[in-house]
Amino acid sequence: MKITLRIWRQANAKATGKMVTYGLEGVSEDMSFLEMLDLLNEELTVKGEEPVAFDHDCREGICGMCGVVINGIAHGGQHTTTCQLHMRSFADGATIDIEPWKASAFPIIKDLVVDREAFDRIIQAGGFISANTGSAPDAHATPAPKREADKAFDNATCIGCGACVAACPNGSAMLFTSAKITHLAMLPQGQPERYSRVKGMVGQHDAEGFGNCTNIGECAQVCPKGIPLESISQLNRDLMKSLFKGDGKA
Amino acid sequence: MAITGLFLIAFLLMHMFGNFKMLMGAEAFDHYSHYLREFLYPIFPKMVFLWLFRLALIASVVLHIWSATQLTLRKRAAVGGGGRYVTKKSMEHSYAARTMIWGGIIIVLFLIMHILQYTAQVLRIGYADTSQPLDSPYARVIAGFSVWWVVAVYAIAMLAVCMHLWHGFYSAFTTLGANVSAKARSVLKGCAYAVSALMYVGFMIPPVLILFGVIK
Amino acid sequence: MTEFWNVGEDIADTKADLSQPIDKMWSQRKFTARLVNPANRRKLTVIIVGTGLAGGAAAATLGEAGYNVENFCYQDSPRRAHSIAAQGGINAAKNYRNDNDSTHRLFYDTVKGGDYRARETNVHRLAEVSANIIDQCVAQGVPFAREYGGLLDTRSFGGVQVQRTFYARGQTGQQLLIGAYQALERQVAAGTVNMHTRHEMIEVIIADGRARGIVTRDMVTGKIESWFGDAVVLATGGYGNVFFLSTNAMGCNVTATWRAHRKGAHFANPCYTQIHPTCIPVHGATQSKLTLMSESLRNDGRIWVPKKAEDCAKDPRSIPESDRDYYLERIYPAFGNLVPRDIASRQAKNMCDEGRGVGPAVAEVHEGHERQVRRGVYLDFSDAINRLGQKAVENRYGNLFDMYKQITGENPYETPMRIYPAVHYTMGGIWVDYDLMTSITGLYAAGEANFSDHGANRLGASALMQGLADGYFVLPNTINDYLADAPFPKIDATHPAAVEALKSATDRINTLLSINGTRTVDSFHKELGHIMWEYCGMERSEEGLTYAIGKIRELKAEFWSNVKVTGVNEDFNQTLERAGRLADFFELGELMCIDALHRRESCGGHFRAESQTEDGEALRHDDQFLYVGAWEWGGEGGKPVLHKEPLVYKAIELKQRSYK
Repeated sequence: MKITLRIWRQANAKATGKMVTYGLEGVSEDMSFLEMLDLLNEELTVKGEEPVAFDHDCREGICGMCGVVINGIAHGGQHTTTCQLHMRSFADGATIDIEPWKASAFPIIKDLVVDREAFDRIIQAGGFISANTGSAPDAHATPAPKREADKAFDNATCIGCGACVAACPNGSAMLFTSAKITHLAMLPQGQPERYSRVKGMVGQHDAEGFGNCTNIGECAQVCPKGIPLESISQLNRDLMKSLFKGDGKA
Repeated sequence: MAITGLFLIAFLLMHMFGNFKMLMGAEAFDHYSHYLREFLYPIFPKMVFLWLFRLALIASVVLHIWSATQLTLRKRAAVGGGGRYVTKKSMEHSYAARTMIWGGIIIVLFLIMHILQYTAQVLRIGYADTSQPLDSPYARVIAGFSVWWVVAVYAIAMLAVCMHLWHGFYSAFTTLGANVSAKARSVLKGCAYAVSALMYVGFMIPPVLILFGVIK
Repeated sequence: MTEFWNVGEDIADTKADLSQPIDKMWSQRKFTARLVNPANRRKLTVIIVGTGLAGGAAAATLGEAGYNVENFCYQDSPRRAHSIAAQGGINAAKNYRNDNDSTHRLFYDTVKGGDYRARETNVHRLAEVSANIIDQCVAQGVPFAREYGGLLDTRSFGGVQVQRTFYARGQTGQQLLIGAYQALERQVAAGTVNMHTRHEMIEVIIADGRARGIVTRDMVTGKIESWFGDAVVLATGGYGNVFFLSTNAMGCNVTATWRAHRKGAHFANPCYTQIHPTCIPVHGATQSKLTLMSESLRNDGRIWVPKKAEDCAKDPRSIPESDRDYYLERIYPAFGNLVPRDIASRQAKNMCDEGRGVGPAVAEVHEGHERQVRRGVYLDFSDAINRLGQKAVENRYGNLFDMYKQITGENPYETPMRIYPAVHYTMGGIWVDYDLMTSITGLYAAGEANFSDHGANRLGASALMQGLADGYFVLPNTINDYLADAPFPKIDATHPAAVEALKSATDRINTLLSINGTRTVDSFHKELGHIMWEYCGMERSEEGLTYAIGKIRELKAEFWSNVKVTGVNEDFNQTLERAGRLADFFELGELMCIDALHRRESCGGHFRAESQTEDGEALRHDDQFLYVGAWEWGGEGGKPVLHKEPLVYKAIELKQRSYK
């Protein structure tokens, strides 16, 4: 396969970026998308040019480190992560546009690499259950209904990649935030902090400069783990209830 | 956004049923119009309830617009201005959802025209004598909708209203926490379709019938 | 003394009290370990490198206890550590199934599974705390699979006959890591843990005989900086990426532990690597990593190859039952497709070496010649689909089947999956005592980074158990014994040891940047990987290992004179990061080959061609090799020094492992 790449190159956070065009030959359709970028970088290195910086780690779709906007769609529109895309999804001779996640709360570090620490800070604002090591009762002490446990699991599969923010026309991180809120709200262990959690996390979400949700649904469409838009509604429900509870820390 | 939006939807539904009085003749409609002005009389003096209701409506509209402005400002700040991506495609094919702000602006312009035409009677389109206001609301409506392009403007504006309302209805209930399962989602989407379709048909029946001379 | 290594004094673990019965040893140690008064804890700083199950859990737990924790990871968030990729499950001796499970049985299974090369005392402790781990994780909100009654579900997992494996669909590692991550972020919010992401540890600081700090490179700005504390914990995972192709994340590396090794920490059993039998086969030369398919697939899938080599290129569905060789069921009738990983892997290799492999042929260099070999065997679900229905199979393995389809473009519901072994886990690592302290005072190693619990082969679902055991329950109850003597005299960047560490780290980076040769880092890494896989992979021989050591030395020399590293240090420079890691992999690879060469026996993941039974099974030599091989750095260009820690089995009788 022979392809043309147009890639966002930006030296650092302060520099202005632009799209740069590269031709690439010898791409096989069994290659993953990131292996295709590896191939480009090998060629650039041999030529003495600076390789394209991109984040990646596990390359099996679970760590959440990778993620770029491919032809205008976060993760490329195959309901999976960038690392799990394969070149067989692209036609020979195709032109592929590659851009980083763009949002004010995700400043660009270099080329396709962005800073997503805002997500960690949202978790710090309440995305946990306060259970010190050693304090736990027997695992069977509190049964959890399967239906709720399954729903908790569905939401807990969020990998924190940030595609929801990249795709959201409002630059909102509500899907990420709501996945954690719904995960913990569905479990008996998550109840004591349920309402202070939602207040704290939404407050931090807003403080980070993410936009608000207008229920468009782009986020759920690009989510590689299929977190549904309904999770945001669950967040809203809990947030409203929290206004009538006096136990909030936030 | 959600609460004011739902209040406005409720008002529109009421408005639509009021319009159906047109089908029952001039007397019924004028009586209804008059009745609104004397609602709850003598608990309230005449016109007071109407004005209270109008105030609530105005407040809803203002709050709704204010919220929309806030959302837009936050969006601007969050995505770092225009020209975010060189190439951008959308996966969720919800044209209505992505154009809420434009739908809203069209509705505001339309609303101004609507009030100037039928309430304030500044725009006296289709009047036999444009120097005098018409006392009968029924007559005003007949006069306005006898003009083909007024009906056309209303048809287009109502399309904007219904698209805005279609996403607005679904979105409002999502924001209020009602959309927490796949089932709830399909019910809400169904209701949103039904309400917006009903609105469009309901609001367009009287003007179309007037234009074609069924109601005179 | 040999050409490649020197032999030093024997060593022993001095922290476990062997006079105690094995099931009393851990409680006794917790009692004898000195404590640190809660008021004093906030005066002490613990540096933890790594945020996976071991590092993240330890940082959270020590933070909760009130210590100041400085926690580092190379990823952009602690939630990305590679523990996240574990699929299958986590073992615990809960006996919720009433199937005769117990602490002792888990202990026994783990020692036996490890082919009697693990330290009994450590393994027993692991089995003891396993049940607490499940309790802790449930309390944190880890959504384990549940039954309709709301209680936890368990399943059986490779190599054991009880159902003690707790799981969260095929994403158990992710869920456990997110649990630890959330506990960690809670401590970050509480101010007890300072998190440093995108920081790579590149040197350890040993001052006045104690590990007192580390040197890191800020991967965004290139700033090289020293950090100081009262103890240092390395929880930096395994070194499988020495093979270039492995199931490890691209960033997994040995640098932190190797730097510690060069400063005096013994590296134990480096040759014990686990080759996982069920991975997606290699597609070609540009492949960057291998993807594991959970071992749980072997519960319902049947492994086979064609009986006749000429059938190998055919559509598998057209090969009649009578022409298929279900070789694991044939050779090991009792365990069948559920034999331990090392056996399943080696038999797959044997089938392909015989010319009965399937899938596309890939080029490989064998004894200096390039040849084309089909490297794959079928994992067939047609029986399971016929027996249980497609729906049931989908419920059990749906996400794995989807993943397979995504990667290969083939539908496993219709054609059998193709699988082949791949490097997955490294049982070897930094030598530690019962307290997890390395041979450097004040330096600890936890999780996969240490060598301690799995012997020569790790059982399925035991890695998550060990990582969390070390992080939540072991280290936080042993490190206090050392910290009871702290705070140690304050040191800063002007201390000669710190100056030396910072300088050597900076010099190394400058050297890498100044070579400006013609070959890329990855081309070197791939070549190293080929050497390791061919000669130090599933089967090792004296001849091959000797050859490999020579090749690695040549390649290393070429690397230091001809590598091309673009860019500068003061920038986000991924090429520089990879070059630094590869430089350490060369040295480690050599030591792995030396360790494999010295151990003239077959045990667990280490199979020496010279040591097998008549029918090709691994043959141990307990009379000569019943010890942990702990290697001391022999200096630049010097020979490593072997220290033997004899293994003492009191609670378990030594047996030759048999799964027939």
